[in-house]
Amino acid sequence: MSDSKDLSRRDFMAASSASAIAPAAPSTRDSVAPSPTRRGSEVDIVLDVNATEHRLWVEPRVTLLDALRDRLGLTGTKKGCDQGTCGACTVLVNGRRIDSCLTLAVMHEGDRITTIEGVARPDGTLHPLQRAFVERDGFQCGFCTPGQIVSALGLLGEGRTLDRETVRVQMSGNICRCGCYPHIVDAVLDAAGRT
Amino acid sequence: MNDFTFVKAQTTTGAITAVAREWGARYVAGGTNILDLMKDAVEAPPMLVDINALPLREIEWQQDRFVVGALARMSDVAGDPQLRGAFPAIAIALDESASPQLRNMASIGGNVLQRTRCAYFRDPATPCNKRDPGSGCGAIGGENRRMAVLGTSEHCIATHASDLAVALAAFDARIEVVGTRGTREIPVGEFYRLPGSTPQMETRLAPGELITAVIVPALSYSRRSTYLKVRDRAEYEFALASAAVAVDVANGTIREARVALGGIATVPWRSPEAERALAGAPAERASFERAAEAALTGARGYGENDYKIVLAKRTLVRALEMVTAP
Amino acid sequence: MNVPVLGAARSRVEGPEKVTGRVRYTADYAPEDALHAVVVTSTAANARIAEIDERLALEVPSVVTILTHRNAPRVDARKQGPTSTLLFLLQNDVVQFDRQPVAVVIARTLEQAAEAADRIRVSYRAETPQTDLDAAPVAPVETIFGQPGTHARGNPDAPLPAGSVSVRQTYRTPTEHHNPMETHATIARWDSEGLTLWDSTQWAFGVRERMAQVFGIDPSRVRVIAPYVGGAFGSKGTPWSHVALAAMASKVTNRPVKLVVTRPQMFGFVGHRPKTEQRVELAAARDGALIVVKHVCQNETSIADEFVEPCGVFSRDLYAVPNYFMSHRLRRLNVSKPTYQRGPGESTGSFAMESAMDELAYALAIDPLELRLRNYSEVQPNNGKPYSGKCLRECYALAAERFGWSARNPAPRSTVRGRMLVGTGMATASRATHRSGSHARIRIDRAGEVTVAVGTIEQGTGSPTVFAQVAAEILGVPFERVRFLWGDTDLPQAPLAAGSQTAASVGSAVAAAAQALRRSLDELGGSIPNDGLEIVHAEEPPESEEAYATQAFGAHFAEVEVDPDLGTVRVTRFVGAFDGGRILNEKTARSQLLGGVVWGISMALFEQTRYDRRTARIMNANLSEYLVPTNADVPNAELLLVSDDDRHANPIGVRGIGEVGICGSGAAVANAVYHATGVRVRDLPITPEKLLAQA
Repeated sequence: MSDSKDLSRRDFMAASSASAIAPAAPSTRDSVAPSPTRRGSEVDIVLDVNATEHRLWVEPRVTLLDALRDRLGLTGTKKGCDQGTCGACTVLVNGRRIDSCLTLAVMHEGDRITTIEGVARPDGTLHPLQRAFVERDGFQCGFCTPGQIVSALGLLGEGRTLDRETVRVQMSGNICRCGCYPHIVDAVLDAAGRT
Repeated sequence: MNDFTFVKAQTTTGAITAVAREWGARYVAGGTNILDLMKDAVEAPPMLVDINALPLREIEWQQDRFVVGALARMSDVAGDPQLRGAFPAIAIALDESASPQLRNMASIGGNVLQRTRCAYFRDPATPCNKRDPGSGCGAIGGENRRMAVLGTSEHCIATHASDLAVALAAFDARIEVVGTRGTREIPVGEFYRLPGSTPQMETRLAPGELITAVIVPALSYSRRSTYLKVRDRAEYEFALASAAVAVDVANGTIREARVALGGIATVPWRSPEAERALAGAPAERASFERAAEAALTGARGYGENDYKIVLAKRTLVRALEMVTAP
Repeated sequence: MNVPVLGAARSRVEGPEKVTGRVRYTADYAPEDALHAVVVTSTAANARIAEIDERLALEVPSVVTILTHRNAPRVDARKQGPTSTLLFLLQNDVVQFDRQPVAVVIARTLEQAAEAADRIRVSYRAETPQTDLDAAPVAPVETIFGQPGTHARGNPDAPLPAGSVSVRQTYRTPTEHHNPMETHATIARWDSEGLTLWDSTQWAFGVRERMAQVFGIDPSRVRVIAPYVGGAFGSKGTPWSHVALAAMASKVTNRPVKLVVTRPQMFGFVGHRPKTEQRVELAAARDGALIVVKHVCQNETSIADEFVEPCGVFSRDLYAVPNYFMSHRLRRLNVSKPTYQRGPGESTGSFAMESAMDELAYALAIDPLELRLRNYSEVQPNNGKPYSGKCLRECYALAAERFGWSARNPAPRSTVRGRMLVGTGMATASRATHRSGSHARIRIDRAGEVTVAVGTIEQGTGSPTVFAQVAAEILGVPFERVRFLWGDTDLPQAPLAAGSQTAASVGSAVAAAAQALRRSLDELGGSIPNDGLEIVHAEEPPESEEAYATQAFGAHFAEVEVDPDLGTVRVTRFVGAFDGGRILNEKTARSQLLGGVVWGISMALFEQTRYDRRTARIMNANLSEYLVPTNADVPNAELLLVSDDDRHANPIGVRGIGEVGICGSGAAVANAVYHATGVRVRDLPITPEKLLAQA
């Protein structure tokens, strides 16, 4: 391994002192350019994520979740269980909320995929849902939060009349172990009232 | 998960041909069941044929029946206003399944074919005659709280997991399938096999056959139907017990009824015994309790699931009360 | 001390980052050239590994290496002390519990590592595992947090006076798994300076120390970075085997290695709350005054380690009863080592004790709340110390009034709503709090920007916000000019972020550092030198603080609806009032309390790890069948804060509210179920079949 790839601890320390809140990060790959050499059973696909086209090589078995996180560097969507039992991996596909861990990247060419990174406006203005989650303390550890917000965004697009009970039921595909549920309901109702 | 070849089919013929060519190849629609099983290494198909481009998503009211395309998503079917009005039990069964995200992903055909949640089936480290014929049944004598009390054998007590299939059973739905030999319809009551001594054989689909539609024949009293699902927590859980019922009541007397039970049997459990007990009976609790006794005749508990015999009866009684309430 | 008694309800400073997906947890980092490691876990629970067949696994492209006990480097996996944990680092062929690490596969992609892991065939020489609590070998308990595991006061075996009323019952709580939403994850890399770890942990310094021991290097050569933690609840307080296995894999491959524990593996080797069996005997005079309380406890532990769930602490330290006895015993099962889970001891012990108090109230025909009040203790009943603060009476009164407790018909099965039986129940919340030493560094630059740095962690408790608030208040600067750095062993030393101690421990250190900085600034007439001013402070609790008993208190009131035919239980209302001394941030505090209450509801109604009794294999190792509450299961709980200006607990008067919410809330729900149905369920969770059987 060449020296240029070895970051010294001094580099790490320099990185950390610059960070206001987050601790030091190891060097992180940006959205990967397609590997020039196809390996094994990898196929060449194009994914439309947050209105941006990404070309990538993936084995067919790569889930949409892992393609987003590991190949495209969009780590906002979380892997909570990898088996469709928690909702942390929720993304929108053509405006509908799904669990990205139980679908394959290769199945979504031509689909419009929205992740948490695409919820705020490009200029950084938070979506009313996001503002409401902050205001209502709809999160603690924050791990389930991207899934909650994207799920709520999907819910808001479903045309239901939203009251407390309906939101509770319709958000039950997103588990929160910190126990924020009533605050999540508050935030969703706030956003529904505003939008 | 194993590596596999991925093929995107554009036509039904193309899909069937692709699967027929590769032994062990499977169709993938929503993916919520097959991919889950592959992650657990319960299934390892060498090829997946993506059938999502096939034109099988329509929900149509024809003269005397509903035809639901096999690729229609659970949420779309649940939300269809005509279906909700005509067959509330089906809509409710869908509404109460899984989670909103999974309902948006999962197809009707896939739901009907979903495999059991039995913990031993899903854990290759434990014996399971369904997954590995001859290896034994880990659930018998083991952790069997969620397992079946009807339709079991000494080889398998795995509960059938689909809520929708229970409602379809109550309404005498038919499964339309297409294979290399053409198209046929299989009544739901014949579609599923009891485990018997061959629990690895779950349906009467021939190898490579593709479900293309679910047909629900009209029933004059289908509007007076419901699906009641009982579980530990309020949402996002498989049934401990469930009941799909439809009742034709006139002047306080039940002319005819449809009863199917879920969460407690190895296949969706249509109950002619309960239906016979209800026919001609007054629409009151005593009748419902008699029907429930009849429905659970022959039920057998395996230790941790004994409660299901009582719970299933009460669930059925409650569902009948709900649907006959003024 | 100019920190307000009830701190401002500030939104979390990292809120915008959390709601946009910009915060990073350990698995979100992707070092250049990192390899992926997947742990292979045992399918036997009491065995020796006979054979590991890797041939099929090695056919998977990009597999770099497979570590097993045959080829793993020799490291020190031994326990480092009585409370330390034996690690399973492929050092021998012994298997002691289900899902113990037995191999590690390292490959270029995660999918390939996972496939190769599936393909490894391990065969065992297996023996029958020990799964029966009552038949298992006993291990004695000497001490609990430095105090005796068996303890008596007064004369607990004295004959009871005539006319006294007794309750003698056994209560059981099941094995539970923490299941934070973020699974454990570690990234490891070695370089010329040593080992760097990114780890999802509650204690970066603890990880550093242990990894130094495992690899036989000086702690100064280990750096631990603790990114945002996606929940921990006690499961990340000690480094488990995967941390060392990631480091081992990195050392062997000379590449950074990323290891993310899978959800099923979360039921394997990262700790759990042990199942308990608690025998409680209460006797009281007719007027309700307790005469004696006995609390005999046992819990499972692993074959090689001892972990005590200190259930008795709850009953020992709460009510004014002159005669008391508690004991703890361990039973060795083929399970993995249990560990602290939110409210260890008091959450499980409160279920038993507060259920027993409820049973006593019925036996005496005294209102359950009145019974608590009649046994209220103004001083700590066990050691006689004065409380640093105790507003429990106010908590009872406030919560009872908001809940409408006085309108209650006490008779079981007396209240219906439509078809449903309605029940209400209450319980006391109590959780011992303390603080540990902590360091803090505070710096102000020429422009007046303040940076506070402590190597603590953020797991949802609000650290970056509340400690900035403390510093801002004391320095008298706007909150927006203060930032808080955390999550790195290169920062000043912090204690384990657990046991409700972080606010008190880190907060006191930050407060002291801020006060020292303020004094320095005052001495300079308020002008800041060109290169700023920095204070590093080492805060150690003085012995004088031990003169006071410090506990967080509360009162829980729950309403449930029970379907009389189907046995399903839904919590429809919940009111809790809590006294945690000074509250640093009203918003984050409410969320912590809410979280605790949700955990209590979960404990009462849903959670249970299910083992196959023949094989000790966990059969519900997933979130589909290990049930935690969904949104629809949780009512809009009302949480009230009863703060006081506690002057004795510590310099900032904080008494820690991270766990008091779970202590007693389960009992309140269970008591409500009894009130609704007349059925007393004494082994959790309260599932429909337990109510069906008796309906």
